[in-house]
Amino acid sequence: MRAITHHTPDALLAAYAAGTLSPAFSLVVATHISICAECRAALEGHHAVGGALLDGSDTATLSQALKSDILAMLDDPAPAAAATPLAARKGEGIYPGPVMEALKGKKPRWRSLGLGLKQAILSDDEYGSVRLLHIPAGQAVPDHGHNGMELTLVLQGSFSDETGQFARGDLEVADEDLDHTPVADGGAPCICLAATDAPLRFHSFMPRLFQPFFRI
Amino acid sequence: MLTENYNRTRPIQRRAATEGNGPRRERKKVASAPLDGSVNGTTGGATPSPDIAPETQWMLAVRDQRDKAAFAQLFDHFAPRLKGFAIRSGSAPAQAEEIVQDVMLTVWRKSDQFDPHRAQVSAWIYQITRNRQIDLHRKLGRPVPEELKEDPGSEPDASQILAVQQETSKLKDALSRLSPNQREVIEKAYLGELSHQDISDNTGLPLGTIKSRIRLGLERLRHDLKGMR
Repeated sequence: MRAITHHTPDALLAAYAAGTLSPAFSLVVATHISICAECRAALEGHHAVGGALLDGSDTATLSQALKSDILAMLDDPAPAAAATPLAARKGEGIYPGPVMEALKGKKPRWRSLGLGLKQAILSDDEYGSVRLLHIPAGQAVPDHGHNGMELTLVLQGSFSDETGQFARGDLEVADEDLDHTPVADGGAPCICLAATDAPLRFHSFMPRLFQPFFRI
Repeated sequence: MLTENYNRTRPIQRRAATEGNGPRRERKKVASAPLDGSVNGTTGGATPSPDIAPETQWMLAVRDQRDKAAFAQLFDHFAPRLKGFAIRSGSAPAQAEEIVQDVMLTVWRKSDQFDPHRAQVSAWIYQITRNRQIDLHRKLGRPVPEELKEDPGSEPDASQILAVQQETSKLKDALSRLSPNQREVIEKAYLGELSHQDISDNTGLPLGTIKSRIRLGLERLRHDLKGMR
């Protein structure tokens, strides 16, 4: 397997570390980090910056009982509904942990989009949308522009467009300026994780089925 | 006895040399604080080198011995900073204490996920804090990467722990040399006040200060990944 050549840009990593990235983009970034040592190390670098700032932060006076209260809780069983875990579940096959987490451990529920193209929507809400795309070898995704930003992470196979070739682990960051026609390369079908920051806007004159290709 | 004294004083001397003044006076406590069972007589866990920072030693004692005294030390160091940090990122004082409580309990409960070869305690706690603050604002937490476990049974590698420590102290130096404006922007970014677009547009944001740290982490990760596959 060739090395990952398209990485998560620093600004995205910093925003992810600080928690300001949308959930849809965060899922893609967390998935990329799961399989890219370079970006995982970079993320840890961002945590180190945050930690240094925390360590140098002005102190605030604590309520008197806070320490004794917390010390008294150490032996309590951890609450069942724990907050965000620090790590996702294990990956399965081509799907890294964060994707398995989004799939709740189940197989993707593919829906046909015609021409052999399939998608499985993982989430689609006011924060943006994220989905798995399945593109047969040699198949082109219809030419599309972007309304906002789109992140596409290859999980299997590869695709090529005007900007280069993207294989497993490669992340393409596309914005309004990029008008591209990704074509899945030969071999295995190309499976991608794709996210947009704008909610999908459906137009009545456009078949709902094909809409994603014009708006993602 | 001689070695023990050395243990206690050496880290502070190092700090004085590398960190200037700043809000670290409190660390003097460390000199008189007993490092007790947390450092000596460890069972197959860490046998920290004398140069390893007290926070790291306390954290390892929490992780490997479930040492409550060490946890109390971590609390005394981090809780007031965490509260200040949470207030600066927009939490009301009462909510800030809730965050302190959640974060410190997570430090205790998830201590097995602390890996001193890759992160300093402050970096790890920063990560937990941001997760917690996001949880408070959103129903759904943020997606997190798959965990990268240390090789089971791998021995703590003091030189690697020290290397992370040294890189972090270089990073702190770099941060302290920033202009007030740059410092403000970088604080805003890591306190979660800037969007991705803001960060992207802020060409003056000295993200480059972390590059050396990244390279270091990378070598370790390559090593760990090789162990995994």
